[in-house]
Amino acid sequence: MDWLFFFEISLAGLGTGGLYALTGLAFVLIYKATRVINLAIGELLMLGAYLFFGFAAGLALPHWMAILLTLLLAAVVGGGVERLFIRPMLGESPISVFMLTIGLGSILIGVVELIWGPNPQRLPEFLPTTPLFLGEAYLSSKIAAAFAAAAVMVVAFVLVFRFWRGGVALRATASDQAAAYSMGINVPQVFSLAWVVACVIAAAAGMLVGAIGGIAPTMGVFGLSVLVVVIVGGLDSVFGALVAGLLIGLLEALAGAYLGGEYKLLATFSLLVVVLMLRPYGLFGTHEIERL
Amino acid sequence: MTAAARTLERLGEPATVLAVNNVEVVYNHTVQVLRGLSLQVAEGSVVALLGSNGAGKTTTLKAISGLLALENGAITAGDVQFDGASVRGRAPHALVRGGLFHVMEGRRIFEDLTVEENLVAATYAGGAGRDFDLVYEYFPRLAERRRALAGYLSGGEQQMLAIGRALVAAPRIILLDEPSLGLSPMLTEEIFTIIARINAERGTSMLLVEQNAAMAFAVSSYAYIMETGRIVIDGPVERLMRDQDVREFYLGMGEEGAARSYRDVKHYKRRKRWLS
Repeated sequence: MDWLFFFEISLAGLGTGGLYALTGLAFVLIYKATRVINLAIGELLMLGAYLFFGFAAGLALPHWMAILLTLLLAAVVGGGVERLFIRPMLGESPISVFMLTIGLGSILIGVVELIWGPNPQRLPEFLPTTPLFLGEAYLSSKIAAAFAAAAVMVVAFVLVFRFWRGGVALRATASDQAAAYSMGINVPQVFSLAWVVACVIAAAAGMLVGAIGGIAPTMGVFGLSVLVVVIVGGLDSVFGALVAGLLIGLLEALAGAYLGGEYKLLATFSLLVVVLMLRPYGLFGTHEIERL
Repeated sequence: MTAAARTLERLGEPATVLAVNNVEVVYNHTVQVLRGLSLQVAEGSVVALLGSNGAGKTTTLKAISGLLALENGAITAGDVQFDGASVRGRAPHALVRGGLFHVMEGRRIFEDLTVEENLVAATYAGGAGRDFDLVYEYFPRLAERRRALAGYLSGGEQQMLAIGRALVAAPRIILLDEPSLGLSPMLTEEIFTIIARINAERGTSMLLVEQNAAMAFAVSSYAYIMETGRIVIDGPVERLMRDQDVREFYLGMGEEGAARSYRDVKHYKRRKRWLS
């Protein structure tokens, strides 16, 4: 067995896994706070990538400014979606809200195709491109940089979630909504906050994913792998999303390299089935499960 | 405090911090739970609200704190005045920030947050920020366990935490829903001692819902007894303690003052119901 090859593939897989973990975080955040299963997470990620494309390539703004504007606009989109689509659905059956997020995903694809067309595009290079070597192992520096950026965001998020008062409000709301109200926590505002932060995270992940593999209106299928990640990790577990993200990234890369590209999804979904059979609430999820 | 309340206070009469006037509550547009309920809590006093299961005590508190709306319930008639202003149409979190704190039935602590994080959550209600010394002074046991997950606390400690959160909020009135629920007699007594202390030392008004009438009488100055959605008896506690019916039904005492067995009380009660 060629250990160097194995090591290189694993590194690349963990790199992708970092992006899965980051996007999974966005999903878990919304689910934890609002109990909404957001199937549009992949499309929100796609939208983020296209917003950056629009600012950096379309308007030819400096990259840092394009990134900043993208994140800002993603926040506005997150707040808007929550306010316009999700909040009126409060108290409706989970399946209605679930369907609504599917519709939202389709709308986002349509809007992006209307503005930028259906063809794949390349993002302006904003990640370093010089090849990177860990010992003898080659690692695409784009993937390394994307992983580093994802790691920084994940750590920042976890710290904020733990120690900032708003993080406490969010976890309190996730734990017991009525009790959160009785503490003076503005619960609808917490919902808003969750969507805003999640959309910003998704947009950031979208820019990184797009920088590595290019962008297309169909890149929302990335969300499918993320769905596997969060189900394996446990829908409401931040830690689960991180672990499962890396795990799925690794598994996909190894399956792709040793069995062939067509086995990637087979491998991840097989893992999904096995995990669900052994632990129906995911690796780290709470024992109750949303019945859809 | 409103101008009217201040005037009253100058006249030497305690102002009314909470007034419930002829309130009717309906759940899901169909089930009527409160039928014209009225009660008042004077500034700085502890008022007990007693009654059997299903009488509507918890609903009364939820109608006051606005949490009713989360359960598809609504006030369909009458009004609740907190500090001279109607609570109708105000969001529950806004009422809490105005100084009306509801300690819900069953304690409702955030189980996967630590003790201290539970207190941090309560800082949203206003109060004096993240200084929890006061809470730890009343409940030294919480100080020892401040880093523990609240879900691992014993029932008594959880009730202490629930009241501790109210202390953080430093409200004008606390609505306390069955603080004795599921606690041993000894712990119940400990909790009630602290409730009385908080009232005496901090001047916080309280509306106390209890099943344990004897305990509630010990800390309250005035009591209301409700049945099927309305008040059936009310009065100063000293008077109610001498009332024959109250003694029999709620304190479980016979005419000669001896405690009667629960079965006798229940049997007797079936024959004689309030106002029906």
